[in-house]
Amino acid sequence: MPIFKDKQYFRVKLDKEADESLWLQCKSCGELVFKRRVRENNNICPNCGEYFFLTAKERIESLIDEGSFEDVSRPIIADDPLGFQDEKAYPQRLEEAQQKTGLPSAIILASASISQMPSVIGVMEFQFIGGSMGSVMGEQICHGMEEAIRRHCAFILVSSSGGARIQEGIFALLQMVKTTAVRARLARERLPFISVMTYPTTGGVLASIASLGDIIIAEKGAMIGFAGRRVIKETIAEELPKNFQTDAFALEHGIIDRVVKREDLRSELTSVLKFFQEEKKR
Amino acid sequence: MSDEKTLDLLEAKIQELRELNKVDGLDLSAEISKLEKKLAQMRTELYANLADWERVRIARNTKRPYALDYIGAIFPGFYELHGDRMCGDDRALLTGFAELDGRKVAIIAQQKGRDPAENKERYFGMARPQGYRKATRMMHLAERFRFPIISLIDTPGAYPGLESEEKNIGGAIAASILSMLEIEVPTIAVIIGEGGSGGAVAIGAADRVLMLENGIFSVISPEGAAAILWKSKERVKEAAASLKLTAPELLDMGVIDEVIPEPLGGAHKDIVQTASALKQGLIHHLDELSEKTIDEIMAARYERYRDVGRYSTLSD
Repeated sequence: MPIFKDKQYFRVKLDKEADESLWLQCKSCGELVFKRRVRENNNICPNCGEYFFLTAKERIESLIDEGSFEDVSRPIIADDPLGFQDEKAYPQRLEEAQQKTGLPSAIILASASISQMPSVIGVMEFQFIGGSMGSVMGEQICHGMEEAIRRHCAFILVSSSGGARIQEGIFALLQMVKTTAVRARLARERLPFISVMTYPTTGGVLASIASLGDIIIAEKGAMIGFAGRRVIKETIAEELPKNFQTDAFALEHGIIDRVVKREDLRSELTSVLKFFQEEKKR
Repeated sequence: MSDEKTLDLLEAKIQELRELNKVDGLDLSAEISKLEKKLAQMRTELYANLADWERVRIARNTKRPYALDYIGAIFPGFYELHGDRMCGDDRALLTGFAELDGRKVAIIAQQKGRDPAENKERYFGMARPQGYRKATRMMHLAERFRFPIISLIDTPGAYPGLESEEKNIGGAIAASILSMLEIEVPTIAVIIGEGGSGGAVAIGAADRVLMLENGIFSVISPEGAAAILWKSKERVKEAAASLKLTAPELLDMGVIDEVIPEPLGGAHKDIVQTASALKQGLIHHLDELSEKTIDEIMAARYERYRDVGRYSTLSD
């Protein structure tokens, strides 16, 4: 039984929501800018070029062909397997996250085309409990890869996650294994998996599925790291370089393949998909 | 309620009385036997209903047997292989060949240090990328020659630090999980102490997962959970209880396959007994796995991990 009786799983749609406010203040340059202009500009400040935070819906919208979005997620919602209660009960946290994001879980899973090339694409929503990976996200990622196998197309995962979801304890931890198991199947089918790391890609998500892309692309400004600065400082008083866990750090150390500006991400995915597609035809 | 320190103190006192008994020819046997009974009773009370936090403390007890203690007791002729073939020899994660009851096996084991000097060498049992790459190398080597793999898990977690991040700890753990899932030999993992998060799961995605009775296995340390969710380091007991990280709880939830019993007070009270129970458990599960074909094992492994998780299915 679902833990909340009034909760419904629902299909995600990309309807443009009416914005109440017209203006937005850029945190970086302080300029008041038109919200609509920011949106049209991939949520990049038209004045100073600062990246605004993208919701999962905005992210997917910025990547796919208009009108090609089809929610292919499984109709599932989180359980509370441990009866977890910290300062809030876990079901309450879930409910608040659902209200805040308008999503049933921390991931959107869709079939969509990018420059007319079909793909299955999963996008994590950081505002849903830090984009943390619990049983639902793990299952949706696996389902996404299986859907890619059925449709014989590429799988794209856009990560934005603080890691495993603490409130689901061991079940969250084991999603690292689960997603890796299905990832191995996708590899056997010779279907490409493109992992896109955005701000932030950390912990158990980094140490499993996100690091297993055939190609790993980081968005400029991404934060990529296994352990948080706080944990590192507490474990060992170590001087950390200025660029620690940045996109540049990850590139320099061979952790990722490319760093791409937000406005170029769609064309970058197009090139990669095209290359794999042409390879397939041979 | 008395804690373990009190019990240890009492035990030491009894030992002193025994010595006195011998030396002076005084007859203290009545007192000694009385105190022994009292000690046994207190110990039973203390350990009968261990709170999760108490188990965390036993799992981390510095007297607890570590991987090499079990290797010495269970696997004769452990032949260590040091190289990750890339950049270093991680002393927190050991690999090698050994025999279990006459059968050749490959060992992957996390090892903590006994004293400050050894802990400096072993990073308190926290493996770095070179450790996980060594483990991955061992998995493929074992597969090539059809040796079953036994991994002994005992780590607070993968080493968090600059070096780890520079050498791609995330990718190294991911690759280790992937290899563990793909190698076509039977695999058994045992959490002998701490099963700390990704650092443990990297060598824990096995066909059978066993836990010593006072082991813990968790997505995050109680301290980490307390800091993040309770915003207070003081709330570790609540955090430990909420995480359901003990062997009996994990067995109940169907996450592990067997709990290996420990003597009252913990494995360090009687390492011979603990090692013997562990050996029996390992032989039993290896026997069971050996009866299956590798295809059956691979199918069961896939199913086990493909289906892990708890959620509710709703209709559209």
